[in-house]
Amino acid sequence: MDRRDFLTAHTAKKSKSISFASTAQTSSGLNPYTGVWTTNEVIHLLKRTMFGAKKADVDFFSAMTVTQAVNYLLNVTTAQTQPTPPLKNYANSVTVTDLDTNVAQGQTWVNTNTADGTVNANRLYSFKNWWLGQMINQERNILEKLTLFWSNHFSTETNTVSDAIWSYQTNAVIRANALGNFKTFVKAITLDVGMLRYLNGYANYAAAPDENYGRELQELFTVGKGANNATPPYAETDVKAAARLLTGWQINSTTNTSYFTASRHDTTSKQFSSFYNNTLIAGRTGATAGDLELNDLLTMIFATNDIAMNICRKLYRWFVYYTIDATTEANVITPLAQVFISSNFDIKTVLSTLFKSEHFFDVQNQGCIIKSPIDNIVSVCREFNVQFPVATDYVGNYNCFQSLNTLAIAQNQNIGDPPNVAGWPPYYQEPQYHEIWINSDTFPKRNQFTDQMLGNGYTRNSANIKIDVIAFAKTLPNPGDPNFLISDSIKYLLRLPLIQSSMDQLKKDIILSGQITDSYWTTAWQTYLANPADTTNANIVKTRLTSLYQYLLKLPEFQLS
Amino acid sequence: MKRRDFLRNTAIATILPTVINGFSVKAFAASSPLMQLLGQAALTDHVLVIVQLSGGNDGLNTVIPIDVYTDYYNARTNIAIPQNKILGLTGTTGLHPAMTGMKALFDDGKLGVVQAVGYPNPSFSHFRATDIWMSASDSNQVLTSGWGGRYLNYEYPNFPVGYPNSQMTDPLGIQIGSTTSLVFQGPAVSTGMSISNPTSFYNLLNGVEDPAPNTQAGKELSYVRLIAKQTSQYATVVTNAAAKVTQQAVYPTNNSLADQLKIVARLVKGGLKTKLYMVNYGSFDTHVAQTNTSDTTTGTHANLLKNVSDAIKAFQDDLKFLGVEERVVGMTFSEFGRRIKSNSSVGTDHGAAAPLFLFGTNVIPAVLGNSPTIPTSATVNDNIPMQYDFRSVYASLLENWLCVKNADLQQILLQNFQSLNIVNGSGCKIVNPSTSGNSYLDIWGNPFTTTTRLVYKTDGGHVLIQIFDTMGRLINIPVDADLAAGTYSVVFEGSALHTGIYYARLQNGATQQVKAMIKVK
Repeated sequence: MDRRDFLTAHTAKKSKSISFASTAQTSSGLNPYTGVWTTNEVIHLLKRTMFGAKKADVDFFSAMTVTQAVNYLLNVTTAQTQPTPPLKNYANSVTVTDLDTNVAQGQTWVNTNTADGTVNANRLYSFKNWWLGQMINQERNILEKLTLFWSNHFSTETNTVSDAIWSYQTNAVIRANALGNFKTFVKAITLDVGMLRYLNGYANYAAAPDENYGRELQELFTVGKGANNATPPYAETDVKAAARLLTGWQINSTTNTSYFTASRHDTTSKQFSSFYNNTLIAGRTGATAGDLELNDLLTMIFATNDIAMNICRKLYRWFVYYTIDATTEANVITPLAQVFISSNFDIKTVLSTLFKSEHFFDVQNQGCIIKSPIDNIVSVCREFNVQFPVATDYVGNYNCFQSLNTLAIAQNQNIGDPPNVAGWPPYYQEPQYHEIWINSDTFPKRNQFTDQMLGNGYTRNSANIKIDVIAFAKTLPNPGDPNFLISDSIKYLLRLPLIQSSMDQLKKDIILSGQITDSYWTTAWQTYLANPADTTNANIVKTRLTSLYQYLLKLPEFQLS
Repeated sequence: MKRRDFLRNTAIATILPTVINGFSVKAFAASSPLMQLLGQAALTDHVLVIVQLSGGNDGLNTVIPIDVYTDYYNARTNIAIPQNKILGLTGTTGLHPAMTGMKALFDDGKLGVVQAVGYPNPSFSHFRATDIWMSASDSNQVLTSGWGGRYLNYEYPNFPVGYPNSQMTDPLGIQIGSTTSLVFQGPAVSTGMSISNPTSFYNLLNGVEDPAPNTQAGKELSYVRLIAKQTSQYATVVTNAAAKVTQQAVYPTNNSLADQLKIVARLVKGGLKTKLYMVNYGSFDTHVAQTNTSDTTTGTHANLLKNVSDAIKAFQDDLKFLGVEERVVGMTFSEFGRRIKSNSSVGTDHGAAAPLFLFGTNVIPAVLGNSPTIPTSATVNDNIPMQYDFRSVYASLLENWLCVKNADLQQILLQNFQSLNIVNGSGCKIVNPSTSGNSYLDIWGNPFTTTTRLVYKTDGGHVLIQIFDTMGRLINIPVDADLAAGTYSVVFEGSALHTGIYYARLQNGATQQVKAMIKVK
């Protein structure tokens, strides 16, 4: 479909103005999607649930039905949630107090404590590079996209946590629970050492309750700020009550586990507000007090309607689009929240319903997400099948991941270190939301990134990554035909079509070097294929393909997913 | 600031270098006394416009040899232009009858012709030949940067780091109507303005854009486009420059080259400091139906040439109207000329050397070089032997028009090339080379069977004699030496050659001669 068709196909839903603020949303709901399942829909599903839609993955899922594809993407085994932990890729320093000699090069450091700041800093780099590597090398499932989602939802900052092992553990908790039961997840994250450190739970005791976690648990992690983001539905007394309830938890820095100290716990009963139906949670004593009261607290919170609504809105803003108008609230969010509740808060069930829905595949909802920096960077690497050093060269790989993390940080997304407990502003900040990612500083950086990947690439300590345009073109169905070369490239890389005259212009100006005879390209391509070792022939096709992809990746369209 | 000016000024005011070395020059405002001092040796305001004629223009039907008209006619009877229709430039050379505009420019002293421009061992592939012309490489050499990019990198080191800045607020190079080509590719990054849509440049100037769909995706697309436009480092300066010019001379309609040149004139007048512009027109790939059979002065090629001629004439008139005529020189190029002998489908196949045009008030309004050598009975393998290396044209424009120091030319062109008398160098304080040199080449023993003697005379300096075959392949270099003035000779050993026509090319300073020599059994 070209853009003109695209425009006219939706005149019924179209409002008169095309100004930013008045785009009509769709009335489609959660009924199962029964429309076509073409490359376009496969790419839509993959770009939203994975990092980019790699040609091989598109082919793989095209052989399935929608239902099979979504099931496959959501079927993550326990083993898959437990990847090999981050490895020691850093050299021992002679200037530090702890030489870290107990961990050999290439072994994981996550089980070996350190008290040294330099070693910890090296480990944090290792952790973030390892995490980015998980995304680059992701399997055909939703785990990595979802891990990033939950790390934004249950936001912690490695800078504040200050212990690489704890930050790794938080990440492991997220992976283990990403598709599981949300209530179990919230309990696990509440008692996670990294979270106890980040929101001061470890310092919360009866004599001087620290309200930090008690507040964020309700405001951000579960109930939310309410539909209008203005007045929280719960009362300020609920924050205080929750804080008292959560007293007594501490961190064992030797075993890197949390534990409950009864003597630090507030044993009095906790009275909650009318929002929680005036629930009174009985104060407990003894070693099990903290656990029992936490269970009661979660039961009370999960009995509200708001928690499911809040989580469904957040999932929607991450996977579908950031604007939730009254129609979407009624037709999608509300019934999806009911699915969440009736499944006893099973995350997989709610995602399955969303991804199989007609709303998810509605044309209105395709191509409208502005890629986050991480999504942009990782997708480029995956979609162009960028070759990283061999897996055994963990040092080289981590160096490459470091190059990419540095780029993402410069574009305002530092995995493991969102700006604060609310996560990255593009997922909550009205009215711009995702648009916040793109500004006068970050947009040129995105262009520089793709330009450089198409040129010399990035080199760090001799490990280099770059795009091989010829290898990419070879994966396309018919790269020798300049028309298919361009239209297929656009199909896989852009979520919006270009009008025919633009494609014709690209063909003439770039692929045919100003000529109008298609066979010139075909001949050049075949000449190259016949003797790939001939650098002159290779250069002829390479320079033209490079120009084509430089052009396509710099189009504003490329920023959309 | 240009590195060259920096060095120039440090020689005058010896106290400055330590001051300047200690600070980022970028930190100084253009109006600061220091910058004004440095700016004394101001950058030339000269602009070079490169007109690419894509597809391989048939030079022989563009610049038509009157002095060897019979050989010309016999080689291509089905497409030859009748002698009485040729627009005479000189007694020996004329233009295609559709090129009345460029004929008028020539008569007005604003058009120069360089005959038989090419390079040894020509490529007959569009892609490869285009890359050679754009990168200024040897035939067997692959360069990944363009000659314009190397020039701009020399003029503005380290681009894009620190650009735009107070000294160079504008794009270094602009390509109209297309993505930036290899010409603008510098050693590291492209020095050309990258245009995010093939039509967006026009749109940028006129404030319109392709519609975004009325979906959420369209909304986000509009947003990203807005940011892209806001932050395109040069969008604002380009748009502002265009906005300053509200009236221009009349251009022909339905002529995309004219459309592009009109924008160039607008931006030059609008005050952009951009040095290089590139426009593109084609396709000149006239394998079939190059002319109408009923009237060879009409048809595809005539239409193409008419558009080129009309566009350049209108552009030149507009530059005069806008008062910037003195600042602009243009050159045309095509990746190759076409075969001497026409084919049976009333067209011509890929060839070798071809004439190129230079236009502007500062070009030397003459036909440089001789009419191409055409065999009395041309065969399908006969190509026009090169008289001038295309890189000599680049070198001469860089030195005499863009004021690149002779000593620095080699950084840009990677070799030394002959300087040609094609553009007035007074703006760069350069005395043009004389064309009335005493170079002289004669062949003693022609036709020959095994060896022949090449007798040549020089005023002194570097002398080069090359032997080419009819495919333009470089067969031999009998002489490549710095010689004192005098007459010399050298024996050319040709016993291993096949029989046929060969060309001996003498180059000495700004002059050269090409002579045919025939090997027989």
